[in-house]
Amino acid sequence: MSLVSLNEGEKVYIIHGVEENFRCDGRSRQDYRPLELEMDIVSNANGSARLRLANSDILVCVKVEIDTPLPETPNDGKIEYFVDCSANATPTFEGRGGEQLAAELSRFLSLAHCPVFNLSKLCIVSGQSCWKLFVDVLILECGGNLFDAVSLAAKAALCNTSLPNIVGTYEDGKNIDLQISDDPFDTKPLDARDLPVLVSLCKIGNNYVADPTIEEEICGAGCIVISVTPKGKVSAVLKKGAGSFMPDTLNEIIMSGSQIGVLLNKALEETITKDMSSNVCKQRFGFLK
Amino acid sequence: MNISISLASKKTRHGILKPTSNPPVIFTPGEKIRDEAGFMRGHGTYVSAGSLKATVAGVEQNINRLVTVSPLRCRYNGEIGDVVIGRITELVHKRWKVDLNARLDAVLLLTSIQLPGGELRRRGMEDEQSMRNYLSEGDLISAEVHSIFADGSLSLHMRSLKYGKLGQGVLIKVQSSLIKRSKNHFHNLTVGISIILGNNGYIWIEPTSNDNKDLVGLEDEFEQVVDIGDRQTISRVRNVILALSYYKMLIYDTSIQFALEESKKYTVSDLLTAEACYDIANLTRHRLQIMDE
Repeated sequence: MSLVSLNEGEKVYIIHGVEENFRCDGRSRQDYRPLELEMDIVSNANGSARLRLANSDILVCVKVEIDTPLPETPNDGKIEYFVDCSANATPTFEGRGGEQLAAELSRFLSLAHCPVFNLSKLCIVSGQSCWKLFVDVLILECGGNLFDAVSLAAKAALCNTSLPNIVGTYEDGKNIDLQISDDPFDTKPLDARDLPVLVSLCKIGNNYVADPTIEEEICGAGCIVISVTPKGKVSAVLKKGAGSFMPDTLNEIIMSGSQIGVLLNKALEETITKDMSSNVCKQRFGFLK
Repeated sequence: MNISISLASKKTRHGILKPTSNPPVIFTPGEKIRDEAGFMRGHGTYVSAGSLKATVAGVEQNINRLVTVSPLRCRYNGEIGDVVIGRITELVHKRWKVDLNARLDAVLLLTSIQLPGGELRRRGMEDEQSMRNYLSEGDLISAEVHSIFADGSLSLHMRSLKYGKLGQGVLIKVQSSLIKRSKNHFHNLTVGISIILGNNGYIWIEPTSNDNKDLVGLEDEFEQVVDIGDRQTISRVRNVILALSYYKMLIYDTSIQFALEESKKYTVSDLLTAEACYDIANLTRHRLQIMDE
């Protein structure tokens, strides 16, 4: 995926470090690198967030549109995920290079969110019209552990999303015309607090580490990505890489992943609450800081 | 489990220039530096409509009447005699290609390494066929710039005992302009760690080995486990250097030593946080300033 390559000595050093529970940057096996979050940074989107995890930089933007629901689910809205790997992140993303990773990310994100996200909240008129959410993820820099970073940013952006209020409907025969409030601040927030986040655990030697760096991802035999809701429920699991896992190890990894996920959700929740409470005269920083 | 998510609005990124000093004037590409009359055009400048303009973003440097602009960020431009850290990317006819973060990969000729046993002789077909036994793709080496080709690519050599293949340790990458050129780029810190400050911005940190290395240092030793004490110090040095480079401070033995001393109050993993980085960079700058006066 990236241009990083390691020689045997560096690999041995990393593997021994994981065994000793002391990684190259001083973290223990379960620690995350410091994360930085900024919400509501794209002014013409309905919700947006930027997340920085060490060198990984993710920008997520949510747009809403009015659409007709599918005939089989007349009371449900729609949600669509799209991931774009910018060639700024690594030169390997140039051209169609990032497409496979992008497809994997967007597919797994929708798989993880789908059992938890209540789409009936997006219904406007049953069988006639509903909201459709477009979640666009842009990967601007790649410093390892993309799955966790993308899911955290996507959840933050969805929590930041608000749907415009509908002030009136006009029936015109079979068609229904919706009138949306002119005031851009006349909105109601979308409740996305119970969405899951993804936790990647990379198996290195006989141990597994949370929040792997690119170097650690190269050393690892395989990586398990677990999607965990704030209550600790596991909604999806994915294995990356060529390595294999024993059933016992897999169970152990999923258990410990769900514990980490609860804490990760809690940390995100607290940050989002803090952001909401300091909403008055907020300054946007973006990428300049 | 240590998870912290901070808000970007809470982040403070202060500059750490001396409060008294004038900040340097930074020219952007195309910006007028001065009138051409009486001055010579150097690197990073061009003449347009009777005035000298910058082609890169950087600061002006004058040598008598020669005007140059040295860029703030650039790829590594080699100079003969530089100590560099590089990674082997390719093996081709009688030479290795080495990534140095320069515009072009450098070459390391088979004739410019010392073969095991220390013998000096003509390199034959057998040596060429067993090149991969000495150095293979992905291996890290420390070497010296031997000459510069016409196209700007570098030729390296390792014909000294201090150069060779690197074993267990950590590589970090910083801007090449942040490495201060000095007489010695190999340092044994008092904390029991050796660092090699490559002029190309690659820095290698490893535990100081007491036993003498074999003559060429092309052998691998993977059974040996670096003990936890050394490991903690290596990680501390790594985080401290990254903090200095984040605040664009020159990296050399004294600045690293001072920063290490200032970092004692933090645990190694705390050094990843923005506050600790700022604190250390600021205190280090302060101490360097006092030393200068």
